[in-house]
Amino acid sequence: MIKARVVVTLKNGVLDPQGKAIEGALAALNFSGVAGVRQGKVFDLVIDHDDRAKAEGDVKAMCEQLLANTVIENYSIELG
Amino acid sequence: MKSAVVQLPGLNRDRDMIAALTKISGKAPVTIWQTETQIPDDIELIVIPGGFSYGDYLRCGAIAARMPVMQAVRERAAKGVKVMGVCNGFQILLEAGMLPGALMRNASLRFVCREVQLVVENSDTVFTRAYEKGQVVRCPVAHHDGNYFADTETLARIEGEGQVVFRYTKDTNPNGSINDIAGIVNAQGNVLGMMPHPENLIEPAHGGTDGRGIFASALEVIAA
Repeated sequence: MIKARVVVTLKNGVLDPQGKAIEGALAALNFSGVAGVRQGKVFDLVIDHDDRAKAEGDVKAMCEQLLANTVIENYSIELG
Repeated sequence: MKSAVVQLPGLNRDRDMIAALTKISGKAPVTIWQTETQIPDDIELIVIPGGFSYGDYLRCGAIAARMPVMQAVRERAAKGVKVMGVCNGFQILLEAGMLPGALMRNASLRFVCREVQLVVENSDTVFTRAYEKGQVVRCPVAHHDGNYFADTETLARIEGEGQVVFRYTKDTNPNGSINDIAGIVNAQGNVLGMMPHPENLIEPAHGGTDGRGIFASALEVIAA
């Protein structure tokens, strides 16, 4: 069993109004010093074999083909 | 002309689209379910209507775009068949890679449901021949994720190549779309994606007929 964590974030230069709204909400809660917020997504995948190389390749393909919209998003993969 | 409407779980504008195509062409379109892998050869216009396919899970249109029917639509489009995606349909075409760019959450973060004004930027497409270049038409919108985005290079290309078909007038852009882009075609000119709903402005009961021209053009009927 391998656990893979995929983090998907917006590319630089893509506006993130949701991140801005969260930044505003933090300020409204009186948290100071937050200079910016951008919201992303986390996918936790459970891979049912132990071949790490295959898992890495497969998860990368999953990111390219479905989990991230590579027009506006980046992704990173961490195998556990 | 025979047309078809794609149906996916969660779409809710298919009936309005079927009504518009029936009323304007005089012939009811066939419906194509998401698992279909073949689309009949005699279909000349395929429409992907609006709604919330797959609940907008993951990203709007992301899951629908990977369903078998969309591979069939892609193959027909490559052969020159006309394809039109409205609202969620536009999102699906983008996710399927059949149109360039992406659609994001409205800049206001609100779901917007109102009438906008569109400028017809390109009246030479098979979808806009019934209009004049520069004509301003009314159209309703209803969406939460209509904020069109393309990177600098893609934007320059689609603007330069006349692929921007509809633009919101400056004061009616409902979603913060870059360059006020409301609808685009692919390089080949046979695939249209637009956020507004022309099928909801085709008869007096709708309060206007500004949307008829798109269907009349695509179906090649005299605009009535």
